[in-house]
Amino acid sequence: MNLLRTYILPRILQWALVIFVGISATFLIPRLSPINPVDEMIGRMTAFASIDPHAVVSMRESATALFGLEGTLLEQYGRFWARLFTGDLGVSFGNFPRPVSDIIAAGLPWTIGLLSVAILISWVSGVFLGALAGYFHDRRWAQVLERFVVVVYPIPYLIIAFVLIFVFAWWLKWFPLVGGSRGQPGLTWDYISTLLYFGFLPALSLVIGSTAFRFIMAKSLTTTEIASDYVQYAELAAVPKRKIILFYVARNTMLPQVTDLALSLGALFEGALITEVLFAYPGLGFVLYNAIYNADYNIIMGITLLSIAGIATASLLIDLLYPIFDPRVRLR
Amino acid sequence: MLTTIRDLFRFSPSFRFGSLILIVVAAFVLLSAFSPYEEDRLRRKVKRNQPPSADFVFGTTSQGQDVFWSLTFAIRNTLIISGIAVFIGRGIGVTLGMISGYLGGIFDRAAQSIVESVIVVPRLPLLILIGSILRGSLTMFTLGILIGILDWAYPSKRYRAQVLSLRERDFTHTAVFSGMGSFKIVLREHLPFIIPFLLADVISGFLFSIGIEVTLSYLGLANLDSPTIGTMIYWGNYYQSIPAGRPWVMVVPMVTAILMVLGFYLMSVGLGEYLDPRKRLVRLTAHAGEEAEDDDPRKEKDDVWAP
Repeated sequence: MNLLRTYILPRILQWALVIFVGISATFLIPRLSPINPVDEMIGRMTAFASIDPHAVVSMRESATALFGLEGTLLEQYGRFWARLFTGDLGVSFGNFPRPVSDIIAAGLPWTIGLLSVAILISWVSGVFLGALAGYFHDRRWAQVLERFVVVVYPIPYLIIAFVLIFVFAWWLKWFPLVGGSRGQPGLTWDYISTLLYFGFLPALSLVIGSTAFRFIMAKSLTTTEIASDYVQYAELAAVPKRKIILFYVARNTMLPQVTDLALSLGALFEGALITEVLFAYPGLGFVLYNAIYNADYNIIMGITLLSIAGIATASLLIDLLYPIFDPRVRLR
Repeated sequence: MLTTIRDLFRFSPSFRFGSLILIVVAAFVLLSAFSPYEEDRLRRKVKRNQPPSADFVFGTTSQGQDVFWSLTFAIRNTLIISGIAVFIGRGIGVTLGMISGYLGGIFDRAAQSIVESVIVVPRLPLLILIGSILRGSLTMFTLGILIGILDWAYPSKRYRAQVLSLRERDFTHTAVFSGMGSFKIVLREHLPFIIPFLLADVISGFLFSIGIEVTLSYLGLANLDSPTIGTMIYWGNYYQSIPAGRPWVMVVPMVTAILMVLGFYLMSVGLGEYLDPRKRLVRLTAHAGEEAEDDDPRKEKDDVWAP
């Protein structure tokens, strides 16, 4: 009960606050801009054809209604929330009558699939490689590995992905340049193998950067951990090294890594957006990229909203699961 | 300050290497002032599609731009954008973090809940949203301001933690009991602890801003007419320079971006080691004689920088 009051409830309140602030920001930002999206849209439509002025006026009215731009700012804000609660994100202007929620639903599984695989691989490999390199810090391979990671870690994600594309997809032609899969979707090996084949390079590009980050963090945590008494005692007691690393050191360094996973979800999601643009992977990032080019504001806003809500919720879940990993939180 | 930098040069290979890279980068920035071409008139100045040679060190583009001189402007502009972003981001972060650390109470709690909320908000989608709305009217300066406005929450949290720990230290109590004004305590006693920390933070701010600049420009959301590292990559990709057999057009800005971030990162690694009390103790005992005259307050054998 105490845990509920001191830990869970404040965390849930904070989650609600984040979503509220994020959604209000996505509502306000387009309205602060000097560019009127209605005029933009009408300008694009009338650019190559002469249209009856009356038609333009009625077009403007319906576009204003479509954008939810009628009435005062406060009225718009109220309607914005009302529409959100019914799951209505408006319609896309690029593919006109198709609702935004449809388009997002089509892209979402791709993004979630790519992201969860990349997070899982990079987290596990980063934590364990970091623990190994931290424990055997005076071995040659550990030092070479660390040098490599220090060089790779700060490189902007975009450039890593570009290099992978040009080397493995364009030059060596080992992997496809664009797309997410080939053939008829289904649970057949043929289809799943194309999924893996197309997804390998995008996932690899995400894994490289985030593994480097985890590795650096795990290594510095391990360096602190191996100086502690219990490790020295275990070594004196001739406990096998494998057991010390896997069961004692790595487990203890995992706790901050779990908390940090919640914080770095946003960064990973951002990475995934760029991945999909570069690899033309059919997830949310690719949809977003096309929406930017078509000035399709409803889609851009929809994806921004979803990413804020999604990341806030995911980090809430990780934080709520935290007491399971860390008994000290439970005790308090 | 100078002794700090001298020590870093002497004891930290990564700091030495990182600052060497950054000196080369700075040389490029200085060179931009001597460019034979004007910044906004780089096109159709030289022979097109020339590979790197004695005349054109990094080759030329399909638009008749000299890659070498474009690069000097690009490095300068990218650093300007990042500099603005870092200045604004750290400005907000330091102010808010220090005020909420010193004031405490309701202000602190309110500020902290805002900070916690802002940290979780994904920044790139917001930047893309703003960038796509302002497309065309986004200049270098507004881009820098925009990045800065979105990059203050995490730093402010760290400054607050620093202030909270400084406030409870013995020398603060001593200063208070000996009648020193709180303003003077902050300026004279606490600022020397905050400054090296700020330095490391500024460097990581540059890392973030360079990455974001490259990304936003690649998406076509920045001002594509002014040369930056990101817009050079954008145009290189736009004119298909690698498939068309002109890899230098894209490889040069990419390698530059990698070297720039590597330089900054290695410096911050060196600085981080310097700030780590455990490693500093080792150094102090090894070079005790040399540093005896040093009265730098940061040299206290204390756990203030412990994570």
